[in-house]
Amino acid sequence: MAPTARQTTRPPVERIGPIEWLRENLFSTPFNAALSVIAMAIIYILVVPTFRWAFIDAVWAGDSRDACLAVNTGACWPFIENRIGQILYGFYDEAERWRANLTLFLLAAGILWLTMPGMRGKPLVAVLLLTVFPLIAYVLLTGGFGLEIVPTYRWGGLLLTLVIAVTGIVLSLPLGILLALGRRSDLPAVRIASVLFIEFWRGVPLVTVLFMASYMLPLFLPQGMSADKLLRALIAVALFNSAYMAEVVRGGLQAMPKGQTEAATALGLGYWQTHALIILPQALRLAIPNIVSTFIGIFKDTTLVSIIGFFDLLGMIQAGTSDAHWSTPSTAFTGYLFAGAIFWIFCFSMSRYSRHMERVLSAGERR
Amino acid sequence: MAQAIARTTWWRSRRLRGLLFQGALIAGITLAVVGLVEHVLAEGGASGFGFLNNTAGFDIVQHLIPYSEQSTYGRVLLVGLLNTVLVAVLGIFFATILGFIIGIGQLSSNWLIARLCVAYVEVLRNLPLLLQIFFWYFAVLRTLPGPRNSLNPFDAVFINNRGVYLPRPEAAPEFIWVVAAFALGLLGTIWLRLQARDRRERTGEHSDIGLATFALLVLPALVASAITSFPLTFSVPVLDGFNFVGGVVVIPELVALVTALSAYTATYIAEAVRAGIAGVPSGQREAALALGLSRGQMLRLVVIPQAMRQIVPPLTSQYLNLTKNSSLAVAIAYPDLVSIFAGTTLNQSGHEIEVIAITMGVYLTLSLLTSGVMNLYNARIALTER
Repeated sequence: MAPTARQTTRPPVERIGPIEWLRENLFSTPFNAALSVIAMAIIYILVVPTFRWAFIDAVWAGDSRDACLAVNTGACWPFIENRIGQILYGFYDEAERWRANLTLFLLAAGILWLTMPGMRGKPLVAVLLLTVFPLIAYVLLTGGFGLEIVPTYRWGGLLLTLVIAVTGIVLSLPLGILLALGRRSDLPAVRIASVLFIEFWRGVPLVTVLFMASYMLPLFLPQGMSADKLLRALIAVALFNSAYMAEVVRGGLQAMPKGQTEAATALGLGYWQTHALIILPQALRLAIPNIVSTFIGIFKDTTLVSIIGFFDLLGMIQAGTSDAHWSTPSTAFTGYLFAGAIFWIFCFSMSRYSRHMERVLSAGERR
Repeated sequence: MAQAIARTTWWRSRRLRGLLFQGALIAGITLAVVGLVEHVLAEGGASGFGFLNNTAGFDIVQHLIPYSEQSTYGRVLLVGLLNTVLVAVLGIFFATILGFIIGIGQLSSNWLIARLCVAYVEVLRNLPLLLQIFFWYFAVLRTLPGPRNSLNPFDAVFINNRGVYLPRPEAAPEFIWVVAAFALGLLGTIWLRLQARDRRERTGEHSDIGLATFALLVLPALVASAITSFPLTFSVPVLDGFNFVGGVVVIPELVALVTALSAYTATYIAEAVRAGIAGVPSGQREAALALGLSRGQMLRLVVIPQAMRQIVPPLTSQYLNLTKNSSLAVAIAYPDLVSIFAGTTLNQSGHEIEVIAITMGVYLTLSLLTSGVMNLYNARIALTER
């Protein structure tokens, strides 16, 4: 006899009205009610004036500080409008800005491809992004091959921020993997060298490393040879962050069960084959959330280059706020709000992606 | 057959290859270091630490130890180090309090409070720290009114664009008796606690010593100050002409730095606290309640001790991060180690290598010390496996 299809009914959906919800979640006890009132007061005090200041009372048009002095209440958006070119590209020649746009477009397309679920050929895109893209970007941004040369001291704004962040990310990941493997190596000399390298960079602040790159590196170079100032900063950022990346990757490696290595060895794979084919693909996947957190850290830390004289996004805003032509009480607020919004959007989307990956990865374990 | 497996050709031996690889690594590092040192010496880039005894010749706006323009570069190093330690200690103090409040708030059953705390973390941790320091310093503190129109939130506290003016405590010589009385009270509470613990371990009875502890801590000091006719007085800041005299001034650079550092680091501490508390299995709470513990006892005796085990390691690294991040002081010219030593001293004396080496050495030592102390604490509260 064929079994009859069993009728299953979903549990009844619990529906409560908004009033009931409020009572349960916000006003269940007198203490809870007091907390709710305090929270509402904080939100009201923070959000309403900020919103009014940024949008309702703001000045939207004008070409000097006079426009913003007249009203003297809200944000001074003409300041941003007036300087948007510098804020985005620094002193990159206006006629050549399409090159920066093209580079960023290629980067954005690659990243979208990698993060969109269900896209094919992700490994290939990742490899292209890590090998071919940097070369294209280098030629596009600096010039050569018929393109006009744009020296790096003219770069600035968001462009410079992205260049430093992406280079830091692209260089520190492979370096960090090597260091993490070195720290877990059986060879004592390799292990000690890796530990010393990692702990040194992790023990000093990035500011001192940048100082070192801008004051000390020239002394180490042979006479007559000078490295580009931006190149020095890039090397400093990459070395510094490779140590943090190494610790993150080590966390992933430690989470791998020993059986994986033993099985690979039993199959006759050597050290590099075991790691390249078996261990690293799994360990790196486990480490993705923390790797992305490190990326966020690198992105935020790019602002530090303004201390050694670069005009990145924040440096450009900072330079603008001290310009007498735009000196109003609200200029600094407006500038930081704009810069903050850009940084926040980048960092927040990265952290959302990392949370998403965390869920996807743990879905396999929840099975 | 067995021999063939045991004896591999010599160039395929793991041991030998390992030795060769390590030898090459050591040789490479040694060559690089020797080459660098020779090159630097040949260029005359390093000339020893003698310059630390030279006169600095510049003034420092905030010094915790006596300092003048005639002081040496060595003194500058010390002043900068103390200013860094001051920022770090203040920052750690406020960040810990704020972080624990926000972290626990994220788990609140009150929907609004939980959302508010989550929003705090999401907003502040995704903004660069330097931007936050700039915001507090240039956009908030620098646009405050001048001394004549100071904000006056409490009696004897004045806030203006030159800093925060607070009353300064001034102790008469008799104050030593008050300190002695307080120390005596403190010893008393320790003895009381030991007694209570002893009694609990012997008989299993709990003794309530909360009120006694409070009395022992407050009463002796209070009585002693009454007898010595209150030797602790406060010097109150008073507006005199264009500026304040008396009291103690906290420079705006310090206020901005501590505010930004604590607000930023608190987001990371909050995440650690949230994860730590959420990481205690719910079975532990249920078991505690089933044993008849009250909700307060459950939190204090069961949940928090276990959560601390998970909170301490990330907390340590956040304290270290805060200390290292305090070097961003250089961007707003707060006179910390990097600002006045790796900045002003380096530019004036030109001893790049020595100055940077000392600065990095100091941070490395601070990092190692902090992690050492925290590791000790961690070992004390770690899970003892039987």
